[in-house]
Amino acid sequence: MLLIECPYCGPRAEIEFSYGGEAHIDRPGPEVSEEEWASFLYLRENTKGVLAERWRHAHGCGRFFNALRDTRTDEFKAFYEMGEKRPDAEKKEGEGA
Amino acid sequence: MVEITEGCVLSRLPASTRLILQGRQPALQAACGALGVETVPEMLCTAEGAGGHALRVGPFELALQPTGDGLAPLEAALASVPHSLVEVSNRNVSYTLQGWQAADILAALCPLDFSLAAFPVGMATRSILDKAGALIWRTADQTFHIEVWRSFAPYVEGQLHEVAKSISYNILTVQH
Amino acid sequence: MSKTFRLSGYGRVDRSRPVTFLFDGKPVKGYAGDTVASALLADGRHLMGRSFKYHRPRGPVSAGSDEPNALIGVGEGARHTPNLRATQVEVHEGLVAISQNRLPSLRFDVGIVNTLASPFLPAGFYYKTFMWPHGFWDKVYEPLIRRASGLGKAPTAPDPDEYGLHYAHCDVLVAGAGPAGLAAALAAGKTGVRVILCDENPEFGGALLSDSHSLIDGVAAAQWVARTVAELEKLPNVQLLTRCSAFNYGPHNMVALNQRLTDHLASAPVGMPRERIWQVRAKEVVLAAGSLERPLVFEGNDRPGILLASAARTYLQRYGVLCGRKAVVMTADDAAYRVAIEMAEAGLKIVAVADLRANPDSAVVAEARARGIKVLPSTTIQRAHGHYRVGAVELAPVSADGAVGKGRTVSCDLVLMSGGFTPSLHLHCQARGALTYDDKLGVYLPGDSVEHVRSAGSCRGVYALDAVLRDGAEAGLNAAGGEGDLPVWTVTRQDQPGEGGFAGALPRRGPGHLALAFVDFQNDVTAKDVKLAVREGFQSIEHVKRYTTTGMATDQGKSSNVNALAIVSKTLQRAPQKVGLTTYRPPYTPVTFGAFASHARGDQFDPLRLAPADGWARAHGAVFEDVGLWRRARYFPRAGEDMLAAVTRECRMVRKTAGIFDASTLGKIEVVGPDAAEFMNRFYINGWTKLGVGKCRYGLVCRDNGFVYDDGVVGRVAKDRFHVTTTTGGAAGVLNMMEDYLQTEWADLDVWLTSITEEWGVIALQGPKAREILAPLVDGLDISAEAMPHMFLKEGTIGGIPMRLFRVSFTGELGYEINVPSGRMREVWDRVWAAGQPHGLTPYGTESMHVLRAEKGYLIVGQETDGTATPGDVGCGWAISKIKPDFIGKKALALPALNAPDRLQMVGVLTDDPHYVLEEGMQLVAAPQMQAPASADGHITSSYFSPALNRSIAIAMVKGGRSRMGATLYAPRLDAAAVRVTLVDPVFYDPEGARVNG
Repeated sequence: MLLIECPYCGPRAEIEFSYGGEAHIDRPGPEVSEEEWASFLYLRENTKGVLAERWRHAHGCGRFFNALRDTRTDEFKAFYEMGEKRPDAEKKEGEGA
Repeated sequence: MVEITEGCVLSRLPASTRLILQGRQPALQAACGALGVETVPEMLCTAEGAGGHALRVGPFELALQPTGDGLAPLEAALASVPHSLVEVSNRNVSYTLQGWQAADILAALCPLDFSLAAFPVGMATRSILDKAGALIWRTADQTFHIEVWRSFAPYVEGQLHEVAKSISYNILTVQH
Repeated sequence: MSKTFRLSGYGRVDRSRPVTFLFDGKPVKGYAGDTVASALLADGRHLMGRSFKYHRPRGPVSAGSDEPNALIGVGEGARHTPNLRATQVEVHEGLVAISQNRLPSLRFDVGIVNTLASPFLPAGFYYKTFMWPHGFWDKVYEPLIRRASGLGKAPTAPDPDEYGLHYAHCDVLVAGAGPAGLAAALAAGKTGVRVILCDENPEFGGALLSDSHSLIDGVAAAQWVARTVAELEKLPNVQLLTRCSAFNYGPHNMVALNQRLTDHLASAPVGMPRERIWQVRAKEVVLAAGSLERPLVFEGNDRPGILLASAARTYLQRYGVLCGRKAVVMTADDAAYRVAIEMAEAGLKIVAVADLRANPDSAVVAEARARGIKVLPSTTIQRAHGHYRVGAVELAPVSADGAVGKGRTVSCDLVLMSGGFTPSLHLHCQARGALTYDDKLGVYLPGDSVEHVRSAGSCRGVYALDAVLRDGAEAGLNAAGGEGDLPVWTVTRQDQPGEGGFAGALPRRGPGHLALAFVDFQNDVTAKDVKLAVREGFQSIEHVKRYTTTGMATDQGKSSNVNALAIVSKTLQRAPQKVGLTTYRPPYTPVTFGAFASHARGDQFDPLRLAPADGWARAHGAVFEDVGLWRRARYFPRAGEDMLAAVTRECRMVRKTAGIFDASTLGKIEVVGPDAAEFMNRFYINGWTKLGVGKCRYGLVCRDNGFVYDDGVVGRVAKDRFHVTTTTGGAAGVLNMMEDYLQTEWADLDVWLTSITEEWGVIALQGPKAREILAPLVDGLDISAEAMPHMFLKEGTIGGIPMRLFRVSFTGELGYEINVPSGRMREVWDRVWAAGQPHGLTPYGTESMHVLRAEKGYLIVGQETDGTATPGDVGCGWAISKIKPDFIGKKALALPALNAPDRLQMVGVLTDDPHYVLEEGMQLVAAPQMQAPASADGHITSSYFSPALNRSIAIAMVKGGRSRMGATLYAPRLDAAAVRVTLVDPVFYDPEGARVNG
């Protein structure tokens, strides 16, 4: 069971959380092209390496937040609040081929 | 009130007012003020004022347990601040679990660390008790205040009894 | 010669406590502290089981959890546990154990014919043989294979025992309490951090308990163990767990331990759990899992009486049992010499120590020679003879180039083998640790891991006792943070590990096409199977594993993996590190299912959520159904009524007078804040700005892909407060989705969400008499048709109890949903019920609710919709706001594909035969006789007998259905002619909607 560090409540066991998929996917307005909309709906990176993803502390404070997790090892590199930028330092490191 | 294992008592508390206040810092501040709590408690901390308890269960959320005519002063204090105040007195069923094995019993159902260092007196948080969500608040070294949603209450009571049956045997005691 | 093999003056068993147990129905004597294996060996019995595939006679090869052969069933009836290792099962008075996989008896087993057939059962036999004909798999091959395979039999009755599961937290978890583990626990414990030390054995000490040679700080190893354990027991921050296996290393240092509490007891205290799983979250983990001696692979190496040398030493030093009278030692390693010396001292005749190496010359070899033990360098075992027990071996010379010469056969009743020691890497690998191949030791060692884990002692290739203790202490101290005193011990009289070791198949004379030299004893995989797999083109070790099944048995390759790897490596002529090792999977040793279930069993398996009127419904004879975790009343049969009769009566009464229904399980969310209306506008497809306070509206939620997600009535309680309802099953999902958009897309909005599903109990009062029944109860609130039309909402009290009264209908009749605090709903229910009696008020359940809404053509999300239906598809296109700049699903709903005329659309369906009720899920096709495969025009989503119409009705999703009213389609059946149906408007009853406004 993963140990996930909620930015508000601290480290907690995975069963308190629900997964929210890849992070930093901005929802476009209805004015975008159909291709852009399809991409927003359906296209994800499927990263092998450090992935920015969303979690919700569903059985805790209820807040959504972001995490950087290496999908090869499950190692978390960072936890940060919604609206914050992806921490740059980790962006390159460990990104798979 | 029932002794679920030697030295550990589970008590269902009588219904009383429970409110969920949500809002930004000024709303939390105003609500605390109405309860006579000077500063908004930090995350997972609780505070008691003349008007009741405030439990900081979320960054934008307080679980309030006002005493007496708690609701009116709260509404007055919050009138000019954007907020949401919702009564959940009936949604939540409250218990206390008290006794030297209380932490051990909770540790069978909840992945939190109940050592006093990790979960000190006065800490409150939402978590889970096996398959039910729960609010867990340590009110004394060996006393926990627990709230669960009404329909989960029989299940949670059942689980606590089930766990308590075997708690005396070769248990790793939660260390303080 | 004495009949017993038990020696006085040896062992740690309690001679003052003799124990009798049953093995295959016959009494066996032992002592407290014995295992089933040691007690049987004390009787001179090695034969304890039959092998998996060839049914070969087998005896124990080890003395611990790595045992692949001596698997037994323990206990009777529902308490029977199959496939336990006899080398670990502790005896107690009255224990009942049986051998397995034999018919009719252990000694005479008809399955042995498989051995004769072994030339025809090569690797991949099943894959090659049972391929064709296709249809044979289910009916012939699989049942046959299932009957022939497997070892023990699982009990069929429910497990009567109790089990526990607990979470625990510590700073340092030490897995394994041999010398390294004890040293680590002590070093860590003395710093004051929280330490848990666990070991799978009944007592701590590991290999030290079998070591009568080494001295630590001047005392015997076992004495040092006792002293150290006593010291650990005094530390309040250290918790000690015996009979407790670390079996799974999960992500982020969550290690699962399985503690066995009662199996070793003749009678356990009432209520004591049989086993308990500890889910330990450790900041740091020290793996002190030790190493496992490798068997040697030669023809007949599975004959009973052929053991690992270290196992024989354990039987002698821990249990006081000599495993035979006359032994040949076959080794490639120095450690076996110490065993030979000790065994000879204990009275065993050592025929010879055959050493694969040309020049064994360490101190312990010299000591053996000096004691008159014959050492044969450059010697191998060509073959072992015997059936139920090894009787002789052929010792043959090996030349420098590996050629094996003609040997001589010597008689013996015991062969002690040692191929060197394999570090136990299972937990390290489960921790996603890398492995590095050590050329010098010829084994894999633990490398880096992403987890906070370190290995200590022989599980990382450190073998000399003084080095193991130092390694353990350093690991423990470092795991504890590094601050503190490092305990130091002085070891005297220790054997140095020396060079050597061997992996793979021993050299042999001749090709050995028919030789059964076992690599994986438990799965009966031989050296030639592994070689054959490679010859047939399997080069990846993972493929060889699956093709041959080597390493896939319950022992997870503890004894076999390195030998298999070496054979593959040699056959491929590729270095072992290029071949790699297969994945070790949890559990390290098998765990009882009951332990995983623990307290989640029976009534406590899942929460059973009871609605507020559940007690009333039970008292009134309701039949219930589970809806998610909720238990809901389905119908209320009267004497002699079946479901159809009860539902028909309930529906008629609702339409004629009134019905009462517990709707409390509906999800409810309070949306509050100055931006509440704006939030609702963005979230729902409907518009909310114009909804006045005190009014309700049916709302539909789509996902951004444009498909219907949930629906429900929403009431505006105040300008800044909406009372939202969702479906029963959608409650948590809708709230999560709301929070998602609110927190991540629209964080600027001042609006907040609170689940009030359980705050408000909901009594649905439906039917033409509803107002008449309710009006006198609501404390003067004006609920007349004028004051409170359909889709209005009023706050008030009912008998002094706060109430949110919705005038809404899911039946098509005049109706109310009376929301009252859930803790007081029963009072209100009783009052309404009493008031309704003169009017014929009838309770109804979910089944009638479904029929009543189907008669009105109201959809149920999840029944009519399947995640690909748009609002337009289900006839709710009217709900889509045309003026909102955006809402969830707006973009997708404008896409041409989601507006195509041939989409599946919701329609009503009538059968020609008014008594025939279609099956939900039936397909609809264009012609009565169509050849498969045919594409369907649609399918039935809801189907009932309608009491109002006195005929069957159905709802279907049909391609372009709305433009095909009156069309004829057919619902094919397997066993009869297709049913002819006509497409109609889905509103079957009161299409003008007059009744709801009554």
